Amino acid sequence: MARRRLRGERMKVLAMTSAVSFSKVSRHFGAVRAVDAVDLVIEPGEFFAMLGPSGSGKTTCLRLIAGFEQPTSGHIEIFGETAEGVPPYRRNVNTVFQDYALFPHMNILDNVAYGLMVKGVSKAERHRLADEALALVKLPGYGARKPGQLSGGQRQRVALARSLVNKPKVLLLDEPLGALDLKLREQMQEELKSLQRKLGITFIFVTHDQGEALSMADRVAVFSEGRIVQAGSPQEIYNRPRTRFVADFVGSSNVITPDAMAKLGGERKWASLRPEAIALAGEGVEARVKATSFLGSATRVSVQAGETALSVMVPAGHPVPEADAMVRLSWKPSDVHYMEGEA
Amino acid sequence: MSEVAATSILPKTDGPLGRLSDLFWRRPGLLLLLMLLPPLLWLGIIYVGSLIALLLQSFFAIDDFSGLVVYEITLDTYKQLLIPANFDIILRTILMAAAVTVASAALGFPIAYYAARYATGKWKAVFYLGVMLPLWSSYLVKVYAWKLILAKEGILTWIFEKLHLSWLLDAVLALPVIGGNSLSISYIGTFLVFVYIWLPYMILPTQAALERVPGNLIEASSDLGATPGQTFRTVLLPLALPGLIAGSIFTFSLTLGDYIIPQIIGSSRLFIGQAVYTQQGTAGNVPLAAAFSVVPIVIMGVYLWAAKRMGAFNAL
Amino acid sequence: MRSDRGQKAGWPLTLAAAGGIAFLHLPILLIFVYAFTTEEKSFQWPPPGFTTQWFAVAWNRPDVWDALILSLKVASIATAIALVLGTLAAAAVARTQFFGREAISLLVILPIALPGIVTGIALRSAFSLAEIPYSMWTIILGHGTFCVVVVYNNAVARFRRTSSSLIEASMDLGANGFQTFRYVILPNIATALLAGGMLAFALSFDEVIVTTFTGGQQSTLPIWMLQELIRPRQRPVTNVVAVVVVLATFLPILAAYYLTRDTESVAGSGK
Repeated sequence: MARRRLRGERMKVLAMTSAVSFSKVSRHFGAVRAVDAVDLVIEPGEFFAMLGPSGSGKTTCLRLIAGFEQPTSGHIEIFGETAEGVPPYRRNVNTVFQDYALFPHMNILDNVAYGLMVKGVSKAERHRLADEALALVKLPGYGARKPGQLSGGQRQRVALARSLVNKPKVLLLDEPLGALDLKLREQMQEELKSLQRKLGITFIFVTHDQGEALSMADRVAVFSEGRIVQAGSPQEIYNRPRTRFVADFVGSSNVITPDAMAKLGGERKWASLRPEAIALAGEGVEARVKATSFLGSATRVSVQAGETALSVMVPAGHPVPEADAMVRLSWKPSDVHYMEGEA
Repeated sequence: MSEVAATSILPKTDGPLGRLSDLFWRRPGLLLLLMLLPPLLWLGIIYVGSLIALLLQSFFAIDDFSGLVVYEITLDTYKQLLIPANFDIILRTILMAAAVTVASAALGFPIAYYAARYATGKWKAVFYLGVMLPLWSSYLVKVYAWKLILAKEGILTWIFEKLHLSWLLDAVLALPVIGGNSLSISYIGTFLVFVYIWLPYMILPTQAALERVPGNLIEASSDLGATPGQTFRTVLLPLALPGLIAGSIFTFSLTLGDYIIPQIIGSSRLFIGQAVYTQQGTAGNVPLAAAFSVVPIVIMGVYLWAAKRMGAFNAL
Repeated sequence: MRSDRGQKAGWPLTLAAAGGIAFLHLPILLIFVYAFTTEEKSFQWPPPGFTTQWFAVAWNRPDVWDALILSLKVASIATAIALVLGTLAAAAVARTQFFGREAISLLVILPIALPGIVTGIALRSAFSLAEIPYSMWTIILGHGTFCVVVVYNNAVARFRRTSSSLIEASMDLGANGFQTFRYVILPNIATALLAGGMLAFALSFDEVIVTTFTGGQQSTLPIWMLQELIRPRQRPVTNVVAVVVVLATFLPILAAYYLTRDTESVAGSGK
């Protein structure tokens, strides 16, 4: 009831605010700076990815939004409201856990209805809503089973339904596809994406898989050592990595040292050059083919141009050189992306 | 499902429980303190307090003439432990504890090994319960059963008779020191019962340690041409050692402190437990009883320290 | 140690293992035979004849009943105390990192790690120093102390196996601390607590060493048996009581085993 009273007033405040904003947020564990002065704005309705290697602070950021961690310093807002000091059970934010964390002693229906149950929704109503949510994730009629009787992919869907039934403002997903096999992962990627579009809820997910981040998200933040190194659209991140770390981590891009770049005819700066932007034709640099590997839709050709090892993607249908053959490489100068600094 | 709730932060929950929950969430240390306080108070006051009281008593001495305790700090009582009669008691107990420990390890190892390596499915459960049930069944009933077995007119004498081996039993009983009138009043009897009662305590940690040895390690060893004996000595035994040591902590400690088994089955010569019991009871010399009970504490302290250094606690 | 080749053990090992298990069980089975013997004065084997009369005799002995009732009371209350203290200590140790966790574990384990006689005489000297008269409650003080560890061990093991994300998931879904305890933690540790409680009950019901020091003139069932062992009055009645005690302790132990057996895979709740 208190909730209904407040709803009207808050609606006005929330109209134009971002979904989640971090300003100078740090979380230190002893001497370890898990999250270090992070600034971040996530817009309502965005599908946002936090990408980074393990220990880069992305999961801690997720846990800061969920409320499992408190910032050591800095300020977090969720839809314009201060989140520090608010326990997880008072945040209208839900999490899909990496291990799904389904309650083993409850059946699927009670798992999904749990959030409604603790809020005091009547049994009939919460079971109806839970059934709806199960239908939404394409698991109708699974309510009576126990978590132990479901496959990994099905548990994932239940975890999703259990969160969505609460109509959260923000849905957090911790490595949501990490435990699934490849085929299932591709299928779930599409489903998550269409579910997010359909519901319009802000999705924030954490992953160490750059392919997953690039294919699913509207925007990606790349984490390294507790900081965000670059945030932007997948195209930006992929085509214009700001640092060597991003180029290394995000793509199969060729990262070229300043000296090598100068020899290859460019500026004396760190640069990245995507394999598919290099053509094995024309008048360019001479290189020796070291190895080729057939990838289906393309063939990856590893070449050695002087002291620089490069990888070149040859699309299917084009001739593939033999190993040890000499080839000439060419690319458009505009495809060379120069990065800031050394790191 | 498409309607999204309007607020991102829910209002504070009503009621004292909700407020208390918020408080505990903000101050996890407070919750921890509240959880720890009852067990700490109970164990700290009742148990540790009593132990300290006991320890203090051992530094008092009894007045030889009046028989009353003199409340002055002295080491006289500890000196009494070193007089031959008392020192014999300590030595006898330690020897018995060591013998029981070695025998338990020898008897327990095959059971633990079989249960860990060969028993599967139903047999696993049978072995587990086969060890757990005797472990947990009544101590006194088990002692009593052995009184029945070892009695002069009991089943063991009868079996030896039927096998025409009575001469063997008589020869064993005729041995000096460890023999006696009948098995139930000899050291052999005491030893047998100790081994029987504490054996499960040796099996369980040994089995736990062996469960962690990958089966292919043993196959690898025999693949490399080791004889079974070599495999046992060089692979199995070192890996099982932490478990055996953990088990020996139990068998050693339990034998050191027991006073009922030697009282019911054994010769009239005392063990530490009996000495404590008679000193504080009929003899009324509480300081000496306290000093006697410090002996197993010290021995076990040293033993535990050594065991910890050998990594035995990982097998518990 | 698991080998998936499924080879057989050699016969000397099988024999040693089977012999060991038999060695552990035969003496207890012997008690059952003796409960029916017609011989009253000695432990004669084989029994000269069989009778069920001693069960009736034991049934009508008020001293046996008094001892049994005291034992049941003590074991119930000590178990209740151990459940509360053991669960609290286990929750604190398993859930949080704090200075002195090891010390707490040691403190809980100490009462059974040290010989029972040390615990017994320590409590006795404390009671006499504090001038506390012997009563059922002095027995319970002792039993509660050493029963904590069984509950603690069971609860700690279960807490460790229960994924911490379950608690976070519950909080995430809107349950406050108390709701999380009621709906998630308690159901997940319930069988471990039940098992721990049953073992604590069995431990208390059977305890004799500490009880001799804290009981004064009162007789629990084990004290009664001890007295009969030292100064036998009617041996066949002791046999019958021994059989009853064996049966009474086997049941909770079997139940505790079945309660904790299948939970490993479920309580982990992982992938």
